[in-house]
Amino acid sequence: MAKSTTKTTYQIPIGPIHPALKEPVMFEFEIDGEKIIDVDVSLGHVHRAIEWTGMRRNPIQVIYLAERICGICSFVHPMAFCRAVESACDIDVPERAHYLRVVHAELERICSHLLWAGVAAHEIGFDTVLFLTWEMREKALDLTEYLTGNRVTKGILTIGGIRRDVTSDQLPKINETLQYFKDNFEKLRHVFLDDKTFKMRSVDVGILTKEDALKLCTVGPTARASGIKKDTRVDQPYAAYGDLDMTYMTPDILTGEVNGDVYDRIITRLLEVKQSIELIEQALDEAPSGELVSEPKIPKLLSYIKKTKGEGVGRDEAPRGEVFHYVKFDGEHENPYTWKVRASTYNNILAWIPMLKGEQIADIPIVAASTDPCMSCTNRVTIVDKKNKNNYILDKEQLHRICIEKTRRLMR
Amino acid sequence: MGFSMLRPIFTQMFKKPWTNKFPVKYTPPNTTKLLEEVAAGKVQINPPIETPKGFRGKIKYDKEKCIGCKLCIRVCPCGAIEFKGKEKKIKIYLARCCFCSQCNDVCPVNCLSMSDEFLLADVDKYSKDLIVE
Repeated sequence: MAKSTTKTTYQIPIGPIHPALKEPVMFEFEIDGEKIIDVDVSLGHVHRAIEWTGMRRNPIQVIYLAERICGICSFVHPMAFCRAVESACDIDVPERAHYLRVVHAELERICSHLLWAGVAAHEIGFDTVLFLTWEMREKALDLTEYLTGNRVTKGILTIGGIRRDVTSDQLPKINETLQYFKDNFEKLRHVFLDDKTFKMRSVDVGILTKEDALKLCTVGPTARASGIKKDTRVDQPYAAYGDLDMTYMTPDILTGEVNGDVYDRIITRLLEVKQSIELIEQALDEAPSGELVSEPKIPKLLSYIKKTKGEGVGRDEAPRGEVFHYVKFDGEHENPYTWKVRASTYNNILAWIPMLKGEQIADIPIVAASTDPCMSCTNRVTIVDKKNKNNYILDKEQLHRICIEKTRRLMR
Repeated sequence: MGFSMLRPIFTQMFKKPWTNKFPVKYTPPNTTKLLEEVAAGKVQINPPIETPKGFRGKIKYDKEKCIGCKLCIRVCPCGAIEFKGKEKKIKIYLARCCFCSQCNDVCPVNCLSMSDEFLLADVDKYSKDLIVE
């Protein structure tokens, strides 16, 4: 017989830098064969100095900077910033603006969740579903362009209100698009929840228990999929959410049980798409007529902010979870004295550790994607074989290929 | 259960493609030649999909109306607007513009507006098409 060998583990560092990442992150995996034994996360590799830049600009300019924190949450971030400024300076927002903010925020949630659903399908190698969902997302983007004039960075918010109205001649197009979503929702639900391929790769994969989710302070759909009833829109209603009929979307609404796996996170997001459609309809029905902005003269607003001393907090429910903006004004300058942003992926990143433990390398893409981060962190993976002292690199394509191969293998 | 995507795939095969072939159906071997042919009227261009009302395209500037108050420079998030001190007029570099139309909102005499022109790709960021003055 061969001489006795001691079993050693491999280490796979993932990351740390990719320009497309919102929050640059580095992972170090301990691998035994195909199985993940341990995961370590380190954050803070690339700092864009957005907060620093924002502290040198006036609040109107910072809105557009906040919009560029995240390309997908490009409405929620400026809204959280505006709400922080509004609370710091005691600016009242007109009633109609509150309702229109809900319409745009929910439209963004539909866009984001459909985009996520497509990416998740792409990660397991089911590209036909990617095109099915993105065809629907295209409609949502068209509607965004129709309402705001831009497809992605909407540029529609201002401090103390909203810049564009939804007029009555725009309603037919909105209703038509919402009807399209409703007609196609069942198709999407059937593909994601009943399909054999999806079930194989998502049921009992990447489990996050309720205890872990609470302990790690996860937010948004990641927390709700583990059965935690936590949603800023319900817990601390802002804008017009307090007047609208809504509840926590947990997977047990559909299946009657909570497992906290990838499949549950798909269910949660699909339920939220449906909820968002209903919320847009409700908000448009109930929106009162009236002013859009409390102070239309921007120079007057800026000089008022300059004179104000105070601090404010804006907490909003982004598609990925709660975002938090803190703003402080010193009463002498019009630019913020302090601006602090906490995006939702930051909370969800640590949840990857319990999710990934015990899974296979091929499950990394789908499990990581299930919390809806930027998937670019898997762009460069180095496998370090300590025993044989040789390194080899797995890039995004190879890792993606391994993931697809697992789907093919399971299908046989 | 089962493979639920099979039906959508086969129905898709008989649907008309969504893509609008703008400006021409196939990539021309020589773009300059194509432009010459279009100018001469030999080739027809597929029209682009109509932009919605309120689209944010290239900024239009009414120089006569402008009073040189510099408010647009104060609110511009990208620093795309330059003040010409002698004439007391502004110059907008579209290569820096983020098309937020905040300058349109703040202008007290409404001399700035957004057009629906969107073909603004250029190799030179200081080209004549990308500077509004």
